Amino acid sequence: MLSKIVRSVANQLIVFILIFGLYVIAHGHLTPGGGFQGGAVVVSGVVMLMVAFSSKELKKSLRERVLSIMESTGALVFIALAFAGIGTAFFYNLLVGTPIFGHIPPTGSNPGDFWTGGVVPLMNLAVGLKVIAGLSAVVLAMALFSSGEEVDE
Amino acid sequence: MRKIVGLILWLVLVAFLVWGTLQIHPFGDPPSDMDDYIIENAQEETGNNNVVGSVVFDYRGFDTLGEATILFTAVTGVLLLLRTLKRKEEDS
Amino acid sequence: MENIPLNFPFLAAALLAAISFYIVIFKRNLIKLIMGIAIMASAVNLFLVALGYRAGGNAPIYTDVPEGSMVLPVPQALTLTSIVINVAVLALMLTMVIQIYRHTGSLDSEKSRKLKG
Repeated sequence: MLSKIVRSVANQLIVFILIFGLYVIAHGHLTPGGGFQGGAVVVSGVVMLMVAFSSKELKKSLRERVLSIMESTGALVFIALAFAGIGTAFFYNLLVGTPIFGHIPPTGSNPGDFWTGGVVPLMNLAVGLKVIAGLSAVVLAMALFSSGEEVDE
Repeated sequence: MRKIVGLILWLVLVAFLVWGTLQIHPFGDPPSDMDDYIIENAQEETGNNNVVGSVVFDYRGFDTLGEATILFTAVTGVLLLLRTLKRKEEDS
Repeated sequence: MENIPLNFPFLAAALLAAISFYIVIFKRNLIKLIMGIAIMASAVNLFLVALGYRAGGNAPIYTDVPEGSMVLPVPQALTLTSIVINVAVLALMLTMVIQIYRHTGSLDSEKSRKLKG
């Protein structure tokens, strides 16, 4: 546990880091970014919390069962979206043209429209969830092991 | 003696690497037949403004599936190796 | 910017790879070996991104892009995959070094060579 100044600054900063990471994940089809990049930003925010408070305190909030369910959900949604267009091909983009995510932008330079992209924004969210859960579990396990605690539940 | 032979072989490797980079195309002028097709037709076929994102998830989505599998396997391996065997120490 | 002599970015990536080969062959401490492998990963990523550069090109994204040609997008997609795979392999290697230190008590790669038991 570090001093009181560091703890209160970390409490204020984690809100902005979380919002920026989720913005990079959600706008992956308009600006540079996507699932993997936004997941790395959120995990660096979790590491900042782990340094300011000790890892024993963080283990009470991030339980192992919740992280495991989040990671498995991300992987299953990704595979389900890949199998959804199996009538034509594996990984077929079947939402182009339908009104859910299927507007087609005008060719050339244009200000972006959010409801474009087909299947790609949903895949970004699934991969982002998987990266957040996986990497924060790895960092938490390494910090707990090298300070002599129990890694199990 | 082993170190001198190793050093000479490493110098041969450095010379080979440097000679190899002089045989590639000049910097700033790459051959690009497949990428010209992707840059022109990515907005009509996928409806995406980000061409790199549509290459990662639509034109080459199978590589992303393999990479997600590698990430899953690595996380499982790390969490498996870092468990303390407490019950075995209590028995003996 | 039009004619860079001797292909400098490719030369920089090749020199980084040569330095990492020296570290992996000649050093004995386990942590230094892992750092050498991380340097080699950076060299390969730099080489991949430098392969697809067009002189005077913009980023390959169509939102508010100025006039001109675009850089090739496929090497950048391959570099994304390579970075994620390097992170996964590095995490597994560091875990194994933790277990080796706990069982043998030293970080020398010459002391943990013989298979026992």
